[in-house]
Amino acid sequence: MSDLPKARIATASLAGCFGCHMAILDIDERLIDLMQLVDVDRSPLTDKKRFTTRCDIGIIEGGCCNEENVHVLHDFRRNCDVLIALGQCAIMGGLPAMRNAIMHSDAPLRECLEEAYITGKYIRNTTHNVPNDPALPLLLDEVYPCSEVVEIDYQIPGCAPGGDIIFDTLSKLLTGKFRGFEREMIKFD
Amino acid sequence: MDNGQECTSGLSSTACDVGAVPAEEIAAICQTFGNDKHRMLDILRAVQDRYHCISPSTMDSVAAETGLTRIQVEGVASFYSFLSLTPKGRVTIRLCDDIVDRYAGLAEVVAVFEEVLGIRMGETSADRAFSLEYTPCIGMCDQAPAAMINDVVLTRLTVDTARAAAEALKAGRTPDHLISERYAELTPHERATRMVDNNIRHAGEVLLGPVPEDAGLDKAAAMMPSLIIAAIEESGLRGCGGAGFTTGHKWRFAAAERAEKRFILCNADEGEPGTFKDRVLLTERPHLLIEGMTIAARAVGANEGILYLRGEYVYLRELLEQVLEDRRRRGLLGKGIHGIRNFDFDVRLQLGAGAYICGEEGALISSCEGLPGEPKTRPPFPVNRGYLGHPTVVNNVETFCHAARILDRGATWFHAMGTEGSHGTKLFSICGDCLNPGIYELPYGHTVREILEMAGGQDAAAVQVGGPSGTMIARDSFHRKLTFDDLATGGAIIVFNGERNILEIVEYYMSFFVHESCGYCTPCRVGNVFLQKAIGKFRKGLANPEDIDYLKELSGTIIETSRCGLGMTSPNPILSTLQNFPLVYSAVTKPNKDRIRDTFDIQSAIDGARKIAKRRSYIFDRDFTQ
Repeated sequence: MSDLPKARIATASLAGCFGCHMAILDIDERLIDLMQLVDVDRSPLTDKKRFTTRCDIGIIEGGCCNEENVHVLHDFRRNCDVLIALGQCAIMGGLPAMRNAIMHSDAPLRECLEEAYITGKYIRNTTHNVPNDPALPLLLDEVYPCSEVVEIDYQIPGCAPGGDIIFDTLSKLLTGKFRGFEREMIKFD
Repeated sequence: MDNGQECTSGLSSTACDVGAVPAEEIAAICQTFGNDKHRMLDILRAVQDRYHCISPSTMDSVAAETGLTRIQVEGVASFYSFLSLTPKGRVTIRLCDDIVDRYAGLAEVVAVFEEVLGIRMGETSADRAFSLEYTPCIGMCDQAPAAMINDVVLTRLTVDTARAAAEALKAGRTPDHLISERYAELTPHERATRMVDNNIRHAGEVLLGPVPEDAGLDKAAAMMPSLIIAAIEESGLRGCGGAGFTTGHKWRFAAAERAEKRFILCNADEGEPGTFKDRVLLTERPHLLIEGMTIAARAVGANEGILYLRGEYVYLRELLEQVLEDRRRRGLLGKGIHGIRNFDFDVRLQLGAGAYICGEEGALISSCEGLPGEPKTRPPFPVNRGYLGHPTVVNNVETFCHAARILDRGATWFHAMGTEGSHGTKLFSICGDCLNPGIYELPYGHTVREILEMAGGQDAAAVQVGGPSGTMIARDSFHRKLTFDDLATGGAIIVFNGERNILEIVEYYMSFFVHESCGYCTPCRVGNVFLQKAIGKFRKGLANPEDIDYLKELSGTIIETSRCGLGMTSPNPILSTLQNFPLVYSAVTKPNKDRIRDTFDIQSAIDGARKIAKRRSYIFDRDFTQ
């Protein structure tokens, strides 16, 4: 296997809790085996902020809750051959998508921000303003799963997915042996 | 609920203000229905007719009188589209929003009503004189566009006739006067036929040809009940509502069940868009229908029957009440029919209130029981435990009429008509882009092409057989036969010419199912919304090839997991057009550029935040300040 050129992998955390990236580390000592097969390009793990070259696999944690998430996701789609949604937030929107449930309101986003920063019972915000620094990306009207913004090739389920399933899926993908998940891995009960 | 507040918002009308309807008046209405909770739909219809609103305090009063809880009453009141929790006008104008009506010029008619009455669709005028609404198919597709003005039906509306009607109403004329100056002097049958044409284009041997009065009942009265069932079984008669279950078997099952009481229910909730055959039978052969129900009662041993008439056909109420009264007077309904001891049978007319789902037999039974029109879990089947838990035979109007004729002329006569497996004749209601829309009574087995020639629809490009829940076929399938084994239909045949947009039709039908889903089970309530959205993508040209797989997969899930026939057939407009018009879909799909989805519109997604932050997006908006 060592004579094959190494595959290039990139990762990004969008509207998630970074738990899925921590789960990548749960691969533990097998990381050493994995690193024989791959180089990590753009990723919080390497702290590279831009793609240095086109990648074989992009791994996305989290859905899209703001414009920057969309921008990053577009960038990943353009620069990666295969895009993987890792974890429930990337696949379905996950916990952040709970704000989509504010439906029967004329201005759901405003209501959400006011609840979070001004009117909420346990809020201590002496400015009584919604944060509006130019560095803050604009929020989207809803939280979108990645598959609604770009085409996603594979989804690894879980919240967070276990280290085993991540290692298993990646090594199979890298050796061309991935044939989907066993039912036991993806059933809900 | 905020209806109470809305009622007191300063408008002077007293109809619906909280507390303005004295509890005694509500009590009196409940009293006329014996304070019976099973007559809830009748009670609420009466309240709606009188006060044009079912207010919170009214629901409290009704609950108190009938021994139910307020939420049970509200469950019924909020389920049916003809009942309203907010105040409606004294005259409610419901324009039929079927696809056939749209193609016949509905938009122009709507514009006239809006202009003359000074309100938009969905609104009620400030003086509570008028409400303007859309309603799904009211069974007048052969004379579209059509509208219901309270209980009166106007058909073949044009810009001119709509203007005349709206102005007359505005000038204070009653809806009756739109039909005739001397409405009060007309008989119920005259009133019905003045409002609505029958459009019988081809009368067949069984139903619409000459029919001797009560000949079938005369013979049935002299027969053993088991022989009546045997005759119906031999005739090969199958249910004419769409599903095609063997009628004789249904009756046999109901008769075999050990029970003290049995019921005969007639399904006259003809809601499938494009179907209007029962309307014609109810107008022209009401005696034959009741005769058929009476024979069924004799066969299975039932003493009570219910004729469930869809709310849209309320203009036939007087006519049917008169027929029932007439038959009671002549001893053909009531105690000891034909002088036979223990042959007691009477029929009650139950009006629906605008719910397509009530055409499903379980939902129909729920509705008759005074509940929201939700389907029941099967089994038990209605023949075992139906209305109020008693064995119940539910048949379509046409089926009962056939049964009466079979008893008169014999099973062999009926069996000889039609094809193997589909015996007898069938009423086809043909509408859409053809010269002679109307009713055709034909034996089973004609091809679609033959029927199109009869109706003058030779330039048809697509034909919807069996309404939205049926099949849409293209020219290459016009040789197919109208039988249960090939193209099954409850009667609807909707013709579309080459200028019609197939996807527009499909999108309309999906919106119809979204509107009519009772909401009980998730696959139907949510799945149909997803299907409708997906079709919207195709319509906007934003679909990519994999969306076709998505449509198929989601449709499969809905069909497999829905609780009743509505969800099991609602994906049919999509599935049958995917199969028969694949090019329509592939022509509007294109792969995503850079594999980024066109359906996600970043500009609309950030618009709200842009307004809150009062600045442009530094990523997606250009900087014009430089």
